Amino acid sequence: MFISIIIFIGLVFVLILMYNSLVSKKNQVANIFASVDTQLKKRYDLIPNLVASVSQYMEHEKSLLSEVTRLRSEANKPNISHGHKMALDAKITSALGSIMVAVENYPDLKANENVMHLQSTLNELEEQISAARRAYNQAVTDYNNAIEMLPTSFMALAMNYTKKELFEITKDERQSISVKDLFSSK
Amino acid sequence: MKNLSELTDFYYDTLYPTLIKLEKNRKNVRYKIVLLAIVVFFVTFLILYILNKSSSLNFDVIIFIGFIYSMIGTFIYKFLLKDYTKDFKATIIKPLINEIDKNLNYTPSLHVSQRLFEKSKLFKSQLDRFSGNDFVHGKIDDIPIQFSDIHAQKEDKFDDEIRLETIFQGLFIVAEFNKHFKAQTIILQDLAQNTFGKLIGSWLQSKNVTRDALVTMDNVEFEKEFVVYSTDQVEARYILSHSLMQRLLNFKKKSSHPVHISFIDKSIHIAVEYNKDLFEPSIFYSLLNHKIAMEYIQTLHLATGIIHELKLNQKLWSKQ
Repeated sequence: MFISIIIFIGLVFVLILMYNSLVSKKNQVANIFASVDTQLKKRYDLIPNLVASVSQYMEHEKSLLSEVTRLRSEANKPNISHGHKMALDAKITSALGSIMVAVENYPDLKANENVMHLQSTLNELEEQISAARRAYNQAVTDYNNAIEMLPTSFMALAMNYTKKELFEITKDERQSISVKDLFSSK
Repeated sequence: MKNLSELTDFYYDTLYPTLIKLEKNRKNVRYKIVLLAIVVFFVTFLILYILNKSSSLNFDVIIFIGFIYSMIGTFIYKFLLKDYTKDFKATIIKPLINEIDKNLNYTPSLHVSQRLFEKSKLFKSQLDRFSGNDFVHGKIDDIPIQFSDIHAQKEDKFDDEIRLETIFQGLFIVAEFNKHFKAQTIILQDLAQNTFGKLIGSWLQSKNVTRDALVTMDNVEFEKEFVVYSTDQVEARYILSHSLMQRLLNFKKKSSHPVHISFIDKSIHIAVEYNKDLFEPSIFYSLLNHKIAMEYIQTLHLATGIIHELKLNQKLWSKQ
């Protein structure tokens, strides 16, 4: 009788530990997504200024600029899902990248202090966003591992926890972290 | 900044006349030290012989004589080496540092402050003794940097006896970091994962109550070599970009000694564990010996090289 009570208490203890570990992993994902979101918002705030500054020079990239504006307003809509936000982020990153490449073709823009300032700020933000994405991916990996691995997978099933998506870190992006154009040279 | 081969050329070309002069001093000092050792050996032998004759020799007496001799021996040894060491630092190390960068100052008797060492949070043990020498400080490419030899010890009490245990001995470097950050990020050698394997090792690391939260990095080689703790998961990754992780790995390989790194309060702190006093003159080997020369040059180059190696001079726009 005594032994079965001890086993029961032990079992309950293990279940509590598993439950808490899953909840803390889920919360960690949510916390880090909040910091990703903050960084993304900072970048969205820069877009109107950037578009206004470059549009008078960029004749051939009008569609690119309107696309970025459209993506921004879509991303700023309330109640959009994590998955959608992540997809929009990928599109904005690539569109902004193309604009920055295009800037190189306009000497007037390269001489414009405001545009250069915006470019540097964007580069810094890009680094912060990339760090937040990597942190998010690690938190999601920990969470997904716990959901798929024994013995926590049974508990996750009971709690109705499902796998979460990772941010896709493209090859280009990995490179852009290291190349010198992320820093404005002195 | 001069590269390694330029510095080696400087050592063997410009400093050559000084080295020849110092070589004479070195041989002289070496001769005196050998003589001292012989005298000490024979006097000890004589004392032991006399004590043995008068049958008052026991273990305590031997320990006592050994202690007195080691005290006297160390004192005379240091006295004999004093002028030679001073000359060596003034005529070899100082010009070498000036050759690396004119904006660096060298003070042989000072060291990086204990406050800075403690602020780095690299070593958690209580510091009971803190010493060091060969302090270099100044700016390279406008980036403030300082480094020195450091010997940090703690006292362990065994019954009535106090034993000194080394916490850290080696090169301690502090430089301004090129990004803004608020969190504290500490990178240590990965002992647990190397000893217990990845699964148990990382579990143990995550349970380290003396440190902040464990940060798992997305670079396999870096993860294998180091363990990262930080107060902020996102900022740790903002500091440790893929390129910086690779550069830190290269730095570790180049130093070929255990390396501990922390990012606290705008600065990067690097502790390279050499477990010996650096920049001290060689006595039993020639100063012209390539291995000896390279040890001085490589250590100085490693310390001053971090600004370019880790690209600390490429400041973010907002830090300019």
